[in-house]
Amino acid sequence: MGKRLEGDGRGGVEQDLLRHDCSIGEILKQRGVSRRDFLRFCSAMTAAMALPASFAPRVAQALDQVKRPTLVWLEMQSCTGDTEALLRSANPTVAEIVLEILSVDYHETIMAAAGHQAEGALDKAIADFKGNYICVIEGSISTKDGGIYGTTGGKTHLERARQVCGGALATIAVGTCAAYGGIAAASPNPTGAVGVMEAVPGTTVINLPGCPVNADNLTATIVHYLVFGKIPALDSHGRPLFAYGKRIHDNCERRPHFDAGQYVEQWGDDGHRKGFCLYKMGCKGPATFHNCPSQRYNEKTSWPIAAGHPCAGCSEPHFWDTMSPMYKRLPNVPGFGIEQTADKIGLGLVVGAGAAFAVHGALNALRRDKEPNEDTREG
Amino acid sequence: MSNQPKFKRYIWELPVRWCHWVNMACIVILSVSGFFIGNPVSFGSSASDFTMGWIRFIHFTAAYLFAVSVMSRVIWSFIGNKYSSWREFFPLMTDAGRKKTVRMLRYYLLIDKEVPETVGHNPLATAAYVVLFGIYSVMILTGFALYAQHAPQGSMHKALGFMYVLFSDQGMRLAHHISMWFIFGFVINHIYSAWLMDIKEHGGEISSMFSGYKFTVKKEE
Repeated sequence: MGKRLEGDGRGGVEQDLLRHDCSIGEILKQRGVSRRDFLRFCSAMTAAMALPASFAPRVAQALDQVKRPTLVWLEMQSCTGDTEALLRSANPTVAEIVLEILSVDYHETIMAAAGHQAEGALDKAIADFKGNYICVIEGSISTKDGGIYGTTGGKTHLERARQVCGGALATIAVGTCAAYGGIAAASPNPTGAVGVMEAVPGTTVINLPGCPVNADNLTATIVHYLVFGKIPALDSHGRPLFAYGKRIHDNCERRPHFDAGQYVEQWGDDGHRKGFCLYKMGCKGPATFHNCPSQRYNEKTSWPIAAGHPCAGCSEPHFWDTMSPMYKRLPNVPGFGIEQTADKIGLGLVVGAGAAFAVHGALNALRRDKEPNEDTREG
Repeated sequence: MSNQPKFKRYIWELPVRWCHWVNMACIVILSVSGFFIGNPVSFGSSASDFTMGWIRFIHFTAAYLFAVSVMSRVIWSFIGNKYSSWREFFPLMTDAGRKKTVRMLRYYLLIDKEVPETVGHNPLATAAYVVLFGIYSVMILTGFALYAQHAPQGSMHKALGFMYVLFSDQGMRLAHHISMWFIFGFVINHIYSAWLMDIKEHGGEISSMFSGYKFTVKKEE
């Protein structure tokens, strides 16, 4: 049996169903994942969930005993970047554990089956595990003109989302597109793209926005469910607080330079080479909630601000529209055309008011006033 | 022009004058510190400096003071004398107020020559103050909503939860920034009008904001 999921022959649904009876601990042992690697993974997940290190043994114990949840992964209007982020993790052992913890019964991008066989696997999974499977959705859902702009297997994405999310224990919307519509929903949004929560109201949806999603946050969300038996606490945008509960700006490694007053003034200047704060280059860290500074990407290798690029705000709703221009602090003023900043308009207002009152004052200096009489006088 | 003897009349009570000058001082401090927060200058020479930290500290402290001052003035409009009353701020609600507003508007637009002498607030000014207090509310709400994000799920963040529904995060910054310019526009109008009416009414308009007294031809009943 191959170690990676791709080598497992995903078409064999029966074979998969048998493995639902084994606990995660047993499966990992069968697959030759060492106890040390497993515990290291549990510690990493404990940290990702923002729990104290003393919880790591509890996480390990729970994962040892718990049965693998069935998971189906649907691709909607997406670039598959979230799948890439999950599969191309630098450390193969952790990636293996991530994939082994889940029984991925359907995943369009990586499954071996195709056509009717693939659709059969999905139908079987959602029928057999109704109310007990986890659905992961990647990509936005088109709603305009009956949702015809996105179809898979002859069904619109909207239909598939209703069918699959409706019977799911919970739906995890991975990436900004699935969470809020992403780039497809950016103005003028020709396909009427929306996020899962908006497309399928009334279902349990956990949003894991980001472009791409941080695979650690996806795994930690699932581990949280396996360990505690419930979905993690969410913020008002439906995002888990353990991953989106703090602002990037408040945990940023360049924050001391912000407080000190040391800024990058232009690309490649002295401050940029010394790693100063990117605030003046339009960094949206002060407006973005994500655990990038602590969790980082690709096994904690790096993240945009560490690499010298300002935060684009990719995990916030409609960031393509609300966070632009990317390299400026403030958005342009709506209705005044591009490049009209608030300061230019404000200065125009002040100069205009000053000029108007100067003229008024001059005219007043020239006119002859009349004293009010006894009746018109107020006091 | 006026050669009649005048009586002094107590118009602006102490809380009204204090709120006025505290607001003014806060607007100056908040605008200067806010300008450096929006367009920071690289003052720091080492990472151990705290220039932006101090600028933000000044901004937040002045913001609390400003919010308290604005709220105090609103509360005083239900406690104080008739010149400070909330009724003064809605002149269009009464018949007398509407007449007074029309007279004042005709004078401002250089149509009438007769100076409409007012004892308390000028009705056009109070109408402008209602808009101004609206801008203050936008400033205070967007400011504290942005400030509260340093402690998400905290009590201030939760209390201002509706702000994050009404505004996108960057939209809040833009509103906070552009409202400062609206206040500047008001300040120009305000200083000019106070100066103009001080000259025209001979009632001590400008000094009344320090002393509380205005000078009127008729004696106070």
